[in-house]
Amino acid sequence: MGSAATATTRHRGAGRPWWLVERHLLVYRRSWSVFVADVTEPLLYLIAIGLGIGSLVGEVAGTGVPYARYLAPALLATSAMNSAMNEASQRVFMRIKLEKTYQTMITTPMTVRDIQFGEVSWAVLRGLATTAGFLVAATAMGLVRSPFALLAIPAAALVGFAFAACGLLVATLLRSWYDYLYLQLFMLPMFLFATTFFPLDRFPDAVRPVVQALPLYHAVTLLRQVCLGRIDQHAALSAGYLLLLGLAACALAAGRWRRMLQS
Amino acid sequence: MTSAHREPLLVEGSGLGKTYPAGPGGAAVPAVRGLDLELRRGEALGLLGTNGAGKSTTMRMLAAVSPPTHGTLRVFGLDPLHDGPRIRARLGVVPQDDMLDQELTVRENLVVYGRYFGLPKRVLRERAERLIEFAALEAKADAPVTALSGGMRRRLTIARALVNEPEILLLDEPTTGLDPQARQLLWDRLIRLKNDGVALIVTTHYMDEAEQLCDRVLIMERGALVAGGSPRELIGAHVLPEVLELRFTGTEHAAGCAAVKELIAEGAPWRLEVLPDRLLVAAADGQDAQRRIEARVLPRASLVRRATLEDVFLALTGRALVE
Repeated sequence: MGSAATATTRHRGAGRPWWLVERHLLVYRRSWSVFVADVTEPLLYLIAIGLGIGSLVGEVAGTGVPYARYLAPALLATSAMNSAMNEASQRVFMRIKLEKTYQTMITTPMTVRDIQFGEVSWAVLRGLATTAGFLVAATAMGLVRSPFALLAIPAAALVGFAFAACGLLVATLLRSWYDYLYLQLFMLPMFLFATTFFPLDRFPDAVRPVVQALPLYHAVTLLRQVCLGRIDQHAALSAGYLLLLGLAACALAAGRWRRMLQS
Repeated sequence: MTSAHREPLLVEGSGLGKTYPAGPGGAAVPAVRGLDLELRRGEALGLLGTNGAGKSTTMRMLAAVSPPTHGTLRVFGLDPLHDGPRIRARLGVVPQDDMLDQELTVRENLVVYGRYFGLPKRVLRERAERLIEFAALEAKADAPVTALSGGMRRRLTIARALVNEPEILLLDEPTTGLDPQARQLLWDRLIRLKNDGVALIVTTHYMDEAEQLCDRVLIMERGALVAGGSPRELIGAHVLPEVLELRFTGTEHAAGCAAVKELIAEGAPWRLEVLPDRLLVAAADGQDAQRRIEARVLPRASLVRRATLEDVFLALTGRALVE
């Protein structure tokens, strides 16, 4: 059987991460419910809090923007974060600990770098799908008006990248499902206080730097500026923060993944 | 063996070693040290050793997954450190735990795994068909792998390892946990592959398996090679050719033991090994030993058999249980 192998096996290194994405596509074709759940959750928040409570709030002080339009981009950022983060931490953790998917993959021409690149790409794609679904719904509800909102797609991809990279790092740090609860202990307050529901000037002065250090704060800032069409230097600053966070997490994760799979 | 030497050399390792970095509170212990090995096309090499002897670490190094920390290794003439993907493209790996993709069906497992090698889907669809037949899994082709029995999972894992038509197949304890029928079926498949020119490297705890499948065997202990050669050569070099097994009724056991020891003291060229339930007397002529012993003490049952690889293994690595 041997001689034919070299003729048919290709070594196109560039294509390898895609083969992992292809595997995930095959599996997710059977589980559309995940996508539906990802889009539904932020929509429910948008209706209950954005439109419901928003009708009591009126405009957000100092911005002249109705509350629902103020909230929508923040929920967009959160859903891009959650779907990328959940994919890259929860699912990847299962594949590491339970399913040993990667231990199998590294016996093929796939390298650890290919696997990481594939997983990040897949998580970004999932984040993008969620974002696009939510953006369409929010636009239909009249909550997105600026043509700049189209920039929300690449912005959400950047948010997805940063959190997918963090997820890959976190997945190597979790020892069991109980550790996952600690992660939620960080994610939930971040969701509530990263200027998702109210602006930075509502926080006491002493707390503001803490809020501004949160990754989600920068994701929210970036998407809010883009969706409202009010872009200033803060958007660039936040984009830079997310890019650096993603690259740093990738670099840290690379070492841990190599030790985990190739020792 | 002489014909095998003319076949091209596929694996060449010399002074191969792997030391894992020290864990918290522990010193770094070499998992494998000073291992020399080579493998030619169509050859079957067995790696034997107790748990922790370094078999799996050796397999991971040969599979270009875990880089060696000492010595040199060439697989297909390439360096695993720099040409890992190119080497792995020509290897088939059957891991100890099946590690099948739980989210996919039998057929999808073959096709998706083949995609990791960059093989076109059209080629893979056709190969998956052939491999499903090879693994005798036609009835389960579209079932989720979670619905397979242990033997079926093992066969699928082997079929999966063949999807890239490898030149070397690495099998880590391929038949552990299988019933005798499933083992026979697997051996049959492996012998067919070997006849097709695929080189095999097998780790196993079953000495009959090594004797049946392997042209050459390496016996490892605590990371180092203790003996190597064909099963026949090893038997010739390390144990006497025949074994007399003697069983006594309860209290007679000690008397029988004493009688054999006496004969050995008088010059009988045997080696005695005392087990809880029987005595093993290694001898050049088993029947002669049987006659001489039975003249002094009568066992409940006695049997002369040829020495096996298991006798070699136990003589070299001892009988103490290794955890």
